[in-house]
Amino acid sequence: MAGLKTPFHQLHIDAGARMVDFGGWDMPINYGSQIDEHHAVRTDAGMFDVSHMTIVDVTGAQAKAYLQKLLANDVAKLTESGKALYSGMLNEQGGVIDDLITYYINDEFYRVVVNASTREKDLKWMTEQAQAFGVSVAHNLNFAMLAVQGPNAIAKTQQVMSEQQRQDCADMGVFFAVESEGFFIARTGYTGEDGYEIMVPLNAVDKFWQDLIDAGVKPCGLGARDTLRLEAGMNLYGNDMDETVSPLVANMGWTISWEPEERDFIGRAALTAQKAAGVTEKLAGLVLEGKGVLRSHMKVVGEDGSEGVITSGTMSPTLKKSIALARISKTAGETVMVDIRGKQVPAKVVKPSFVRKGKALV
Amino acid sequence: MSDIPSELKYASSHEWARLEEDGSVVIGITDHAQALLGDVVYVELPEVDAEVGAGDEIAVVESVKAASDIYAPISGTIVEVNETLEDSPETVNSDSYGDGWMFRIQPSDAAELDAMLDAEAYAESIADE
Repeated sequence: MAGLKTPFHQLHIDAGARMVDFGGWDMPINYGSQIDEHHAVRTDAGMFDVSHMTIVDVTGAQAKAYLQKLLANDVAKLTESGKALYSGMLNEQGGVIDDLITYYINDEFYRVVVNASTREKDLKWMTEQAQAFGVSVAHNLNFAMLAVQGPNAIAKTQQVMSEQQRQDCADMGVFFAVESEGFFIARTGYTGEDGYEIMVPLNAVDKFWQDLIDAGVKPCGLGARDTLRLEAGMNLYGNDMDETVSPLVANMGWTISWEPEERDFIGRAALTAQKAAGVTEKLAGLVLEGKGVLRSHMKVVGEDGSEGVITSGTMSPTLKKSIALARISKTAGETVMVDIRGKQVPAKVVKPSFVRKGKALV
Repeated sequence: MSDIPSELKYASSHEWARLEEDGSVVIGITDHAQALLGDVVYVELPEVDAEVGAGDEIAVVESVKAASDIYAPISGTIVEVNETLEDSPETVNSDSYGDGWMFRIQPSDAAELDAMLDAEAYAESIADE
């Protein structure tokens, strides 16, 4: 394996990880059973190395104005230090360049976390757009990143924190972050459970990992990460949306901040035109009642004869049924037919969210 | 290092075969195959009494990662399938040579079983994977 290694690499090997290539990174797909790891996050606490993701620090007097142009959601909503915002970053055609989370530190400093697979593209785009604003766009390489998720994740993480860190995190609300003793601790996640996503100083990685293992947190790989996020109805860039897909058909309409009208974010004109022409598709959830596994790229035919496509599919360990996200016509109806290796199999159309806080929604 | 019992026969497509006392042959997938697949979530087995030819696609194993076709390593008639895999597909992972067996064939040509790989030859074939 000749891929890029995160600061946790040897720890994964020591924990018995099965390593795979993920976009040029050498990452753990599981540590034995991705289904066990999935259940650990839904019922207890699991941790994921997400150090391959990209931290971009935006600083300067015009940081806010820059991000208000760059992002479809509005960072002006962030008024309290540490508050976070999920947004799409669009191109001029209204397609999605990436989805990301922005943390507001102060008016001249925002921390943005973008995907691993889009790192080069995003940094290039963000730097180009920064020219007009004179802000600094810096790729921050000083941290490893670990997501600790599950109903017991916060309690177990707080057990291994210092007293100061415990105090700084006490009563921290969802979608907030705090800097404490060199760690950047955010109450965000990609699993549908409570927990933290933590930026860890490079010299603290080994001890932090071991302390969490001793506290009963289970290492979890990319396999479980995908089944968890899909159950939670969370998009995966590259599958559920990409540069050719509008946020309006990717279940991201709620992340577009249209007011104030004067805020001309990149992609606004294209989205306005799309709405005027009428948006005919949506990203829906599918549940397979019978046996089999829904997978991306499978064709879907609606009750109205319209054609759609599955963008992400898997077997849901919590529901013990196959689930999927699919881009289908708004008039596809309540049941669609999925082409599973040549057989037409019915699937129920639901809202694109299947499990929340460990409970089935479908 | 995966488990490759010496008393079984193998196909390079990762099926194993065991000759029973009554002349029928029990078939499943190897430990190497189940590790590559990851957690098995669904197994589609052939119909009992189906006639199959060596090399036919006759079963499907679905893991979270992907669907994999299983090929009949020998020709004959399906006389039994492992119905417990319907409720417990993960047995393919936990006991691939025992309770994870998939189907039993009454062979039409005894020579085909002899032509399959022995444990050493199978081990060599997967050494490069």
